[in-house]
Amino acid sequence: MNPETTPRTGFLTRSQLVGIALLALLIVVLLPLTLDIFRLNLVGKYLTYAFVAIGLVMCWGYGGILSLGQGIFFGLGGYCMAMFLKLEASSVENTKIQSTPGIPDFMDWNQLTALPWFWKPFASFPFTLVAVILVPTLFAFIIGTAMFRRRVGGVYFGIITQAIAAILTILIIGQQGYTGGINGITDLRTLHGWDIRTDHAKFILYFVNAALLFGVIGLCFLVRQSKLGRILVAMRDKEDRVRFSGYDVASFKIFVFAFAAALSAIGGAMFTLQVGFMSPSFVGIVPSVEMVIYTAVGGRLSILGAVYGTLLVNFAKTTFSESFPELWLLGLGGLFIAVVLAFPAGLAGIYDSHIAPRLAKWFSRKGRTPTPAMPVSTPAE
Amino acid sequence: MPKDPTSGPVDQTRRRLLMGAAALPLAGLLPKSVLAAPATAAVNTTGLAVTDTEVTVGILHSVTGTMAISETGSVQAEKLAIEQINAMGGVLGRKIKFIQEDGASDWPTFAEKAKKLLVNDKCASVFGCWTSASRKAVLPVFEQYNGMLYYPTFYEGLEQSKNVIYTGQEATQQIIAGLDWVNKTKNAKTFYLLGSDYIWPRTSNKIARKHIEKYLKGCKVVGEEYFPLGHTQFNSVINKIKLTKPDVIYAIIVGGSNVAFYKQLKAAGIDLSKQTLLTISVTEDEIDGIGGENIAGAFACMKYFQSLDNANNKAFVAAFKKMWGDKTVIGDVTQAAYLGPWLWKATVEKAGSFDIDKVAAASPDVEFKGAPEGYVKIHPNHHLWSKTRVGKAKLDGQFELIYETADLVEPDPFPKGYQ
Repeated sequence: MNPETTPRTGFLTRSQLVGIALLALLIVVLLPLTLDIFRLNLVGKYLTYAFVAIGLVMCWGYGGILSLGQGIFFGLGGYCMAMFLKLEASSVENTKIQSTPGIPDFMDWNQLTALPWFWKPFASFPFTLVAVILVPTLFAFIIGTAMFRRRVGGVYFGIITQAIAAILTILIIGQQGYTGGINGITDLRTLHGWDIRTDHAKFILYFVNAALLFGVIGLCFLVRQSKLGRILVAMRDKEDRVRFSGYDVASFKIFVFAFAAALSAIGGAMFTLQVGFMSPSFVGIVPSVEMVIYTAVGGRLSILGAVYGTLLVNFAKTTFSESFPELWLLGLGGLFIAVVLAFPAGLAGIYDSHIAPRLAKWFSRKGRTPTPAMPVSTPAE
Repeated sequence: MPKDPTSGPVDQTRRRLLMGAAALPLAGLLPKSVLAAPATAAVNTTGLAVTDTEVTVGILHSVTGTMAISETGSVQAEKLAIEQINAMGGVLGRKIKFIQEDGASDWPTFAEKAKKLLVNDKCASVFGCWTSASRKAVLPVFEQYNGMLYYPTFYEGLEQSKNVIYTGQEATQQIIAGLDWVNKTKNAKTFYLLGSDYIWPRTSNKIARKHIEKYLKGCKVVGEEYFPLGHTQFNSVINKIKLTKPDVIYAIIVGGSNVAFYKQLKAAGIDLSKQTLLTISVTEDEIDGIGGENIAGAFACMKYFQSLDNANNKAFVAAFKKMWGDKTVIGDVTQAAYLGPWLWKATVEKAGSFDIDKVAAASPDVEFKGAPEGYVKIHPNHHLWSKTRVGKAKLDGQFELIYETADLVEPDPFPKGYQ
């Protein structure tokens, strides 16, 4: 799609608006109407990964920085939220049977007798909300500064992010008295007294999550359309030329990397709220690479494609594993290979080459009434 | 249940079949309602997946990922138990149908699948989980949606739930008898504690240390070290062991790390026929990977060995091999997994209902005399009374039974004096 040839409404082109409307129709209307609360909660969980996938579209697709460690930021965001919820769940009366009541259960099992200092601020909800975004973003800023100022990039950067993901996992597992170890932080119950485990709460959280997702999508479109977005693309395609034009390339890279980290962190926090626990299995290398796969399947240049990619891969994962508990990994592997071989640009590529032209023809025939025809890439059940 | 405590499930099947055959001529005389199983409305008041002929249960283990190698045995044992129960008429006249889900060695997946089994499939009971982490992940799900989980692995204790029956041993059951034995028979005074770095080895070693320092006279711990899961470089700790010369190496290393650990011990010249090594984490399944020649002479302390010499166990081993092949080995957890469906059946029949609340309430004092490990009984704290045994690893990968406690050991998940 060439943004210059289609009419604009605000900062979005018409076809982009149609795309967002279609996605909104799917997520806010169709899925909640057709799925029971159990499946809807699963979709909510998948959509938290979509935050990471969208972050990767910005960072990898537009900025050209392939991070294989987005799980770090997803995990940090999730852990910040989990610490707040765990403190609330560990009131003195809930933890009477422990040797030290009032601290999280796993601390008691590991012979801690007082709450560690870095846990204390997480008793405050406003602090937690700030920390959810700020801790991962700061961390990404530090990594980014250390790497991009020294002009480390490409494969080396990918490997380093992967190493950091591995280090963080080992740290979390090793310091189990402070972090819950490999079990993670489990048994989260209430948010300010509001029971997040009920079906009603799950329903509300789903829509909060969806609203945040569309906020993030809007923000990304804004960044992409701005001068900043164009510099990112220029930098990806000819880094030196941008540098010689007088731009500080490293700052732009640090920005987009930290931006992607902040998005992942929002996803992580929403994940903790909807699933009810956080564990190191979301921080490590495997989940980080899986998140890159979501983006690749969706099409790494498409913000909306990332959401469809995430939904498709996770639906496939759940469906295959429910039907063929012993063979499902093969099916999933086959799906990845098929998508990458047959459609290198992912789902978004299918949409652009097969559906968009037809839609355009259809629009020109019917005038300007945008009819919500579903793209075939929609992985609805 | 038959009175003879040695009769295994196979014998029971045969006996029931014979009794059934004897009753056949009478069947025609009876009105149909007398023969039929109790009405579904009466035995299932909470909307579980129970029909007039079938009851649905779940099996939830990892069959893919790193834990698959350990959990496969549990899946096989549970399927065997279900098949045997169906062959003798099912539970309250209903055949058991199972839905299997894959936890994929990933804790959140376990939680997702547990929820699916309870909410979507309305399973009357779930047999599953292996690692503590997976159990911790599903526990809130079982408590929230009021399900019933039969959990087979020996584990760290510090937990008790209305919605879980723990068919493996908790830490004190497995540890204390073994330490007393090694102290008495090997005159052991110094202990070197090793473990993989997660909650079960850490909590177990904590209990071991308290027992050694508080209750065994003149004994002490000369070292305690932990390694990340999957760790394969044990040379430095082996050197420390050589320097400190402990009477006992107490090892709680899990999974693939075991292979490296025992091979490196042997390579470093530590001869397990002279150096006493006591482990609570190596079963026949692990020896399959370690190799009998690398671990022969080590002692393992748990509640079951495949080589146990009793009629129940012989029937169980034979049936297991018939169903899953001659090369399969049966470890402690596999046997504990086999107990799950049987205990559930006995409990449901005692309660006269599939309702989770009634099953949970009826669980205390439910017995299973056909257990391969011998008689077991559910304690009010939902753990099992069971014997603790020490076995010596042999070259062929089996254990030779060296010692067993005279009585059943009481489960004590929140041990006083050990925290």
